[in-house]
Amino acid sequence: MIVMDNVCKSYKVAKRNAGLKEACKALFHRETEEIQALKDVSFQIADGEMVGYIGPNGAGKSSTIKILSGILTPDRGTCSIDGRIPWKNRVEHVKQIGVVFGQRSQLWWDIPVVDSFELIKEIYSITTPAYKDSLEELTSLLQLEEILKTPTRQLSLGQRMRCEIAASLLHRPRLLFLDEPTIGLDAVSKLAVRDFIKKMNTEHGTTVLLTTHDMQDIEAIADRVILIGRGKVLLDGTLQDMKQLVKQENMEKKAEEGKNFKENEYIQADKYVEENANGEDKERFDNLDQVVAKLYRQLDIL
Amino acid sequence: MKRIYSSAHLYGRYISVILRSTMQYKFSFFLMVTGRFILAFNGFLGILFLFSGFSTIREYTYGDILLCFSVIQMSFAFAECIGSGLKALSGMIRRGEFDRILLRPRSPILQVLGTKFELGRLGPMITSVLTLIIGILKSQAEWNFGKALVLAAMIAGGTVLFLALFILGASFCFFSIEDGGILNILTYGAKEHGKYPVDIYGKRFLQVCTYIIPYAMIQYYPLQYLLGKTEHWQYGLYPLASIVFLAVCYLIWLLGLKNYKSCGN
Amino acid sequence: MKKYLSFFRVRFSTGLQYRMAAVTALTTQFFWGLLECIIFKVLMESNSVAMPMSYSAVVSYVWLKEAFFALFNTWAADNEIFGMIVDGGIAYEFCRPVSVYTMWFSRSVGSRMAEAALRCGPVLLGALLVPAPYKISPPSSLFAFFMFLLTMILAMGVTVSFCMIVYMLCFFTISPVGWRVLLTGAVELLSGAVIPLPFIPQPYRQVIELLPFASMQNIPLRAYSGDLTGDHLLPAVLLQVFWFVVMTTIGVLLCKRAERRIVIQGG
Repeated sequence: MIVMDNVCKSYKVAKRNAGLKEACKALFHRETEEIQALKDVSFQIADGEMVGYIGPNGAGKSSTIKILSGILTPDRGTCSIDGRIPWKNRVEHVKQIGVVFGQRSQLWWDIPVVDSFELIKEIYSITTPAYKDSLEELTSLLQLEEILKTPTRQLSLGQRMRCEIAASLLHRPRLLFLDEPTIGLDAVSKLAVRDFIKKMNTEHGTTVLLTTHDMQDIEAIADRVILIGRGKVLLDGTLQDMKQLVKQENMEKKAEEGKNFKENEYIQADKYVEENANGEDKERFDNLDQVVAKLYRQLDIL
Repeated sequence: MKRIYSSAHLYGRYISVILRSTMQYKFSFFLMVTGRFILAFNGFLGILFLFSGFSTIREYTYGDILLCFSVIQMSFAFAECIGSGLKALSGMIRRGEFDRILLRPRSPILQVLGTKFELGRLGPMITSVLTLIIGILKSQAEWNFGKALVLAAMIAGGTVLFLALFILGASFCFFSIEDGGILNILTYGAKEHGKYPVDIYGKRFLQVCTYIIPYAMIQYYPLQYLLGKTEHWQYGLYPLASIVFLAVCYLIWLLGLKNYKSCGN
Repeated sequence: MKKYLSFFRVRFSTGLQYRMAAVTALTTQFFWGLLECIIFKVLMESNSVAMPMSYSAVVSYVWLKEAFFALFNTWAADNEIFGMIVDGGIAYEFCRPVSVYTMWFSRSVGSRMAEAALRCGPVLLGALLVPAPYKISPPSSLFAFFMFLLTMILAMGVTVSFCMIVYMLCFFTISPVGWRVLLTGAVELLSGAVIPLPFIPQPYRQVIELLPFASMQNIPLRAYSGDLTGDHLLPAVLLQVFWFVVMTTIGVLLCKRAERRIVIQGG
């Protein structure tokens, strides 16, 4: 059970102006600016849920993940995971979570994958029988037999990502954070990753929090979507709710503008929504990227 | 006790992985060792050439200087071999790799140390051993078992001192996006200029090196004892002070870590 | 030319942005210089044997070495260029419609000059403010100052063309980092970075002074104080020109070979 309650976080960022004169000035005095990364973020996630956490770049997604994983302390608000406060007892907390960063590797570059796994076993103090069990299961689910003996540097991106995911799950965490796990993957690998996540959820009841820009990941995995923009939670519901929001806004706008509807640059997206609102073509509303793009613009959070 | 054992065990595993990786690039490794050996050898030749024209420098002979030079070189080589992970910390933070370290249920400093173990840094060791032998033979010291122990303590204390400085430098990265290069003055500076006993640079400099950054504790004072220039046998114990310095630096590291967790990067 | 000037400006202002790095470098160079001056003073006082250089010449040598460190440093080569060699990005450089050698050469000169411009002022100011024996003296004559500037340009040319050869050689090996450490490490003593070359006893000194490395910082730093003057100065300058031409030629030839290899083997 994850509970986030009115969590706030702000950063100080150094202002940097262009020009030689400004650079000289900055040598002696540097102005800083406060940026609110999270403003009163609250949500709850029950055990075994699969939640998609979306928002444009810089919305506050990674700050949230960092707070949940105990590597960042919030300014205000409380957060508890299964009764633990993540940043208070880091070591105990991180034993229970697994984190996959799609853009960063945690495997050792020059040694065979299985050696990396052994080192992770050591780091997490996993007992040998438990390790064997996990490894066996992960190997068969992610089809790793062939590549376990290969050094990481020789793996393709898709193969590597499968190994990364396995590495994050060797200690059988009850909670899994995935940060863009399918970025840059080919279609086959993407499907494999999504299938695997779903399987872990059904078989072990692993709670999954997924951040991604790939809306198909969300559609395939998440039952619930939390949308964050400019540090605030703007929507917490299902994909259907999200579509609904776009539709509604659009209808209102239509009503306002009446028949003098001006063509604008988003005309395509508008058309989809309009048609969908009339129930003429439900299929075309499935272009989630357009729905999300439209939503971001509507909410003005880009 | 169990925690210490398990940490040591994990560190051993890290090293074994790193060594296996290194050995995949044997030729590159060989070049590194040779290159670093030559660099350190340049320092030795510098002293050799200088002393070919001059016989003493403030009552230190060529052999005394070589002894001092080799102690510093050796300590620095050991510390760099173990501690290069600390020097790479700013890069790790910038690339977000440090977050991964915090996501693991182990001491962060152990994991940072475990990212690198540069055996190639031991290249200067060839020079150091050579100069240590010449130094032992040619210095004014009259050797006995106690003095041999003090010499070993100087090298060990120096390693601890340099490691502490690397930790201090790494702690800087938690407070500023720029790396702790400022502390290179203290580490590389000491390696460069610590080849001469610090009293050569003057009284005030000796005070700084006694009370602020305790270089003199592993170099000047025990050296006085070795060379028989002092009545105080206690000088032989001074290298132990480096442990206190290490403890202070570790506290600063912990403070930095706390700051990192509240500010992010 | 304008292109290079703007490159220089960019380098200069990025250098300023990292104020901690700038302060670090300045402090390092200042203390390095001061400690070195002290050592030579103590050496001089402890022994009655004649010094191969006057003390004021040694002091000028040390301070100028620290102030213009960026110009003559063979050790800190351009990391971006090295990065390209290591990760194979070099192939793209050869695709551009300019000569890779000229481009890299001017780039290195630009970044060295920008860095030196940033640092020499404060270091020299410090060298002027320290008390008497360690204070830097003015150039021995107007002519010496002029020769200092001239030989400094030549010395930088020789240094950069040496680094270019190092880059090119690194391109042909599988372990560029190792070669770089090896090659640059070997130069330290021979270029006078460890101790001024006059302190090296004969007959070594005679041989070392003929090598290309002696045509780097050794010449300008000694020309300034008048340590290198008259009959000795002209051959030294000619030697600098000679080595500059030779090393540039070698570099260009290696560059051509590298290009051919990329075209044939795809990098």
